[in-house]
Amino acid sequence: MAKTLFDKVWDAHVVKQIEGGIDVLYIDRHLIHEVTSPQAFAELEARGLELFRRDKIVATPDHNIPTENQHLPIKDALSRLQVDKLLENCAKHKVELYGLGHPFQGIVHVIGPELGITLPGRTMVCGDSHTSTHGAFGAIAFGIGTSQVAQVMASQCLLQSRPKTMRITVDGELNKGVSAKDIILYIISQLTAAGGTGYFVEYAGSAIKSLSMEARMTICNMSIEMGARGGMIAPDQTTFDYIKGREFAPKGEAFEKAVAYWETLHTDADATFDLEYNFPAADIEPMITYGTNPGMGIKIKGTIPETLGLASQDSYHKALNYMGFKPGESLLGKEISHVFIGSCTNSRIEDLRVVANYVKGKQRAAHVQAMIVPGSKQVEKQAIAEGLDLILKEAGFELREPGCSACLGMNEDKVPAGAYCVSTSNRNFEGRQGPGARTLLASPLVAAITAVQGKIVDITEFLN
Amino acid sequence: MEKVVKVISSAVPLANEDIDTDQIIPARFLKATSREGFGDNLFRDWRYNNDNSKKDFVLNDSTYAGSILVAGKNFGCGSSREHAAWALYDYGFRVVVSSFFADIFKGNALNNGLLPVQVSEEYLQGLLAAVKADPSTEVQVDLESQEIEFNGKKATFEVNPYKKVCLINGYDDIDYLVSIKEEITAFEASAITI
Ligand code: SF4
Repeated sequence: MAKTLFDKVWDAHVVKQIEGGIDVLYIDRHLIHEVTSPQAFAELEARGLELFRRDKIVATPDHNIPTENQHLPIKDALSRLQVDKLLENCAKHKVELYGLGHPFQGIVHVIGPELGITLPGRTMVCGDSHTSTHGAFGAIAFGIGTSQVAQVMASQCLLQSRPKTMRITVDGELNKGVSAKDIILYIISQLTAAGGTGYFVEYAGSAIKSLSMEARMTICNMSIEMGARGGMIAPDQTTFDYIKGREFAPKGEAFEKAVAYWETLHTDADATFDLEYNFPAADIEPMITYGTNPGMGIKIKGTIPETLGLASQDSYHKALNYMGFKPGESLLGKEISHVFIGSCTNSRIEDLRVVANYVKGKQRAAHVQAMIVPGSKQVEKQAIAEGLDLILKEAGFELREPGCSACLGMNEDKVPAGAYCVSTSNRNFEGRQGPGARTLLASPLVAAITAVQGKIVDITEFLN
Repeated sequence: MEKVVKVISSAVPLANEDIDTDQIIPARFLKATSREGFGDNLFRDWRYNNDNSKKDFVLNDSTYAGSILVAGKNFGCGSSREHAAWALYDYGFRVVVSSFFADIFKGNALNNGLLPVQVSEEYLQGLLAAVKADPSTEVQVDLESQEIEFNGKKATFEVNPYKKVCLINGYDDIDYLVSIKEEITAFEASAITI
């Protein structure tokens, strides 16, 4: 029978099916971090259970850590306690851990791919919704709650009902200034923040194929922002080239054997999806969000809609009030005081290169605070090797140490109440970057240009 | 996990749509290493001003009380933090009624004895209006028959049959998964290993 990419990977991991159509799904790799794992370890211990397969778990602290002076003890007592707890749990249960200062430390969704832990055909989970990022390799990867973290620890399996499948095809050539971030913000603006709920998405089409692995990760990362459990892209030569030679990737003959298997991981020509969307690449322009969920996005040159699909006017006005915007308004010319470049969506070396390339020889606007936070130690190291750190510092950007940082404001990197922040992260929820903070999601290029101009501009006028 | 069978209570109306888990429990309160005490910070930034004075918000309005939260569509979107389910439960909610739930939240709720009851948009609006008109309106949620009822208006709701057995008996997935370890080990031996 013809199968989708999703079906092939899912079916290869079903241990058995139980009542209610629920599958026992085997999990190949489990990533853990300090915020969603302590209660899972505690649960395991309370039940007198051991880790079932400790060699399939990798841990790193990322959410809660400071992005300055990581060599010093963490100042915030609660954050320190949580990070120490991770260290303690990993030592006790013999879990591979990349702690602060380790050359492999970073945001879970950045380190998995760069270390060759994320591979096509694998099932991967993490107590974090942006686990969808890893789907860029043709893996089934999704976020889980802490009870499920404990389940995977105890059995390497999860009980899952099979999601429906959706394919989103983007064909054609991308417009000038349009990046992966614009593609995904555009898709979410079309489908809404709930449009993918219940589905696993496959992204396909020539525009997607043309993207680098890092760009594909940006797309899959935000699948959850339309409610989808995950997103995936069929592996191809770009994928294999990216994986080759990475720390934990198969080597030599094993790599060749793996590639032969990975080449079978694509949707068969006559396979069908529960839902399909097609978007011409030509329709996509540089994007920005204006509201309090990622579905509230517009072309940067566009205007804020008068109404939002089926959403109630009350909820819509509440969102606009929070943001200090009005229906029908254009964002062009709006003054911006904060720019954040980072998060598991856009903190990889290509993102830093885009920013450095644009700001080279320029200065951030005097009233803008521009923070740039690499996704991992390896990204940081590469940026320094390429001299990007100097370019960024000369342009007045603060280059910080790796972590989630102002993406969710669990550490001291916060946006003040009422301030506008153009952010390359993935969520513009109320208070996400700090109580009262107003987030506008955009690409690294839009963020870089905004930092220099000090306001929202039509970026296409600034490209040569 | 506590058993869930039947909940009869007045309800708290929160009509906002797309309520994300960052609102239910903001990230800065996720620093705890145990499951308890999150109820104090449930909807923190909607409940309190920066100086801890109370805002005009339904949880601060003594007119409304009860263990059933009635919320606008796409409840629980965003972050996978299970802390959202813990916070709602810890505060005292046992049921959330909405016309649409985000996937991960729904799973997390079911794993913690918090019942997500999905009804039609029309039924939801009727329920919200009834509770606002009369805050003492009694809402009955029966998991066994998968029925919800207020003012004589009934609707049925879906629950996965496996999850239903778990909720009624207070079982959780981990008990089951640990019981089939041998089958999992056998699966590993035959699985594709890359
Ligand atoms: S960078 Fe942001 S979205 Fe990504 S894992 Fe960290 S907190 Fe979550």
